[in-house]
Amino acid sequence: MTRTRWMAGAGIAAALGLTLTACVSGSTDDPATEPAGTTDDGPVTITYTNFISAGGNEENLDTIVDAFEAEHENITVEVTTLPYADYFTALQTDLAGGTVADVFDIEFANYASYQASGVLAPLADVDTSVYQTSLAEAYATDGTQYALPSSFSNVVLFYNKDLFDAAGLDYPTADWTWEDERAAAEALTDADAGVWGDYQPISYHEYYKAVAQAGGQFLNEDGTAVAFNSPEGIAAAEWLVNKSGTTMPTAEQGAGTPDFDSGLFAGGELAMWHTGIWMFGALAEADFAWDIAVEPGDAQQASALFSNAVGVSASSENQAAAAEFAQFLTSSPTTVDVRLESGWELPPIADQAQLDTYLQQENPANRQAVFDSLDQVALAPSIGDGQAEMQDIVTEELTEAAAGRTSVEEALASAEERVNALLG
Amino acid sequence: MTAPSAVGISRTTRPLAPPRRTRRGSRLRYTLTVLAFLLPSALPLLAFTIYPMIGAFWTSLHSWNLIGVMEWVGLENYTTLLTDDATRRVFANTLYYVVGYLPLVYIGGLALALALNSLIPARNLLRGIYFLPVVTSWIVVALVWRWLLNPSVGVVNAMLGGLGIDGPGWWTDPYWAMPSIILASAWKDLGFVMIILLAGLQAIPTDVQEAAMIDGAGRFRRLLNITLPLLSPSTFFVVVISLINGFQVFDQVYAMTGGGPAGSSTVVVQQIYDLTFRYSSAGEASALSWLLFLLVLAVTVIQLIGQRRWVTYA
Repeated sequence: MTRTRWMAGAGIAAALGLTLTACVSGSTDDPATEPAGTTDDGPVTITYTNFISAGGNEENLDTIVDAFEAEHENITVEVTTLPYADYFTALQTDLAGGTVADVFDIEFANYASYQASGVLAPLADVDTSVYQTSLAEAYATDGTQYALPSSFSNVVLFYNKDLFDAAGLDYPTADWTWEDERAAAEALTDADAGVWGDYQPISYHEYYKAVAQAGGQFLNEDGTAVAFNSPEGIAAAEWLVNKSGTTMPTAEQGAGTPDFDSGLFAGGELAMWHTGIWMFGALAEADFAWDIAVEPGDAQQASALFSNAVGVSASSENQAAAAEFAQFLTSSPTTVDVRLESGWELPPIADQAQLDTYLQQENPANRQAVFDSLDQVALAPSIGDGQAEMQDIVTEELTEAAAGRTSVEEALASAEERVNALLG
Repeated sequence: MTAPSAVGISRTTRPLAPPRRTRRGSRLRYTLTVLAFLLPSALPLLAFTIYPMIGAFWTSLHSWNLIGVMEWVGLENYTTLLTDDATRRVFANTLYYVVGYLPLVYIGGLALALALNSLIPARNLLRGIYFLPVVTSWIVVALVWRWLLNPSVGVVNAMLGGLGIDGPGWWTDPYWAMPSIILASAWKDLGFVMIILLAGLQAIPTDVQEAAMIDGAGRFRRLLNITLPLLSPSTFFVVVISLINGFQVFDQVYAMTGGGPAGSSTVVVQQIYDLTFRYSSAGEASALSWLLFLLVLAVTVIQLIGQRRWVTYA
């Protein structure tokens, strides 16, 4: 009797115990590379899952899709838009479960991992000469194109001209160094008025760039170990960490929570802001004057460059139609026009003459800084499957140092040890 | 021919004996009838619990990034996990959660049940109100608690400030992140514990309480020597379920802190999630799932054995 209850109880424990913990199993079928369907044999519907239009550019994407469907009467495109924060979790689940869209977004940081996993169909028939060579090459492996660049963007220094005027300070220029930024930030911070001088996320993405700005390296030459636990790496970490609580709000004051920094800048309570050019559209309606400048460097200038791309699923039954759409989405005149007019991220096209319309637009006036930033780029380290964990480790250790719970030296030593363990 | 043994049926219920006939066919029909009734619940159990369990075990023997080809590694995932500091930390954090959560939710739920078992006005309304958080989505509750415990603009720190206390950073501070989660969890689950214990209280015969009263037992003595022992089956149920849920805590952690700051509130299931969906290590995640399962199983078995010492069935 005790035994039967015992067994029943154990059964319940087993069932409840695994309802949650067993949710990670999935299919492991190799993605079949089936012959692609053609665009000539009757109407087809293809699916496209994206994050690039999330948060303000949904209608711009609709315009591009409508133009594509008008040109290709037998192809219908079904679009699913997910926020960036959830996108890659959903994509991996779809890939593992065999429900992935025909065309889907990826970004440069994870291209290598997806390509190696065999989920991207080769795009043999695509004319890559329309793309900027370096961007097209970024998504080719062993001479074969596996994805098409859909945009590129970078990070610049946004500044509130009204706050600079009120403080009687000169606007930032491309000649500025960290020291100039620090001095201006201190002068602009006015705790009583609730105005902060500076905002730069304390995160991996800012850190690898700051290391390059300080003249150091994030990884060693052959990528087998980290190289940031160096005088330059420490200077870069201190540059970021020392802002917190002096010229920039702390985590307790809200830093790091979603949309905190954009709200602060849009509300006129932030003088300088390190963020991406994808914010142009959202700030078009701001009721104060603002502009941008190339990010200040220390030993040298170094700007972050981000690039998104679209791939065609290796398991898609309509690969030809999907590739057709991928090409249109990334390089058609409609796309170029829409992207340039709306201030969405820049189209990856080779023809610089088409970019002139972008430069002539107002607000911000100094759009040349977007292109000047490309002269000296800090390339993002790419380490394959350990990428996300490496990024988390660096952000976590820097956050601890910013909160004063550990020193910059200890944080970097710990990050070095943990990332090196990942690199094996 | 003897009756089949009463497997799975407790001693208080007499098993339904099959018709006492000697023909073999009627016994077979009886067995088939019983199976037919079990099938609707057995099929989902097999498809959504047993099969995934086996699948997770198979995955745990491989290195797999969720999208590529699986590579056999044998027990390597288990040896990696068992020698990894991160594993120790997530189990320690989970234990911290359970140890903080269980007493809080039990004592709170018991106090509520005792209060709402007495003849106070509007007690049905109050029971409903206290049960509301149980049926509310964890995401909603977590977002509300994040706001209540916001270090700079939250209500809790504003109230503490009014008392002259400088409130902590709550979920932005590694020392307070887990207490924040425990607080929110206990608040949400109080109603569940209250309902179970309330049902248990109402099943206690009034004549036993009256007899004790006539013998001169005071309020506190009756609680200690009559109510609590007779409530022990309900207590046992609450403890078993709360422990199983506690070891699998995830929603509130994911929504309130995401495991941070600096991993201070990363629990086992959060780590399983991160390993699978963020760190491309589905094999290691499956191995960790099995380690958690074995722990929950062991804890539950120990309780089932231990209950003989303290649970009183009236």
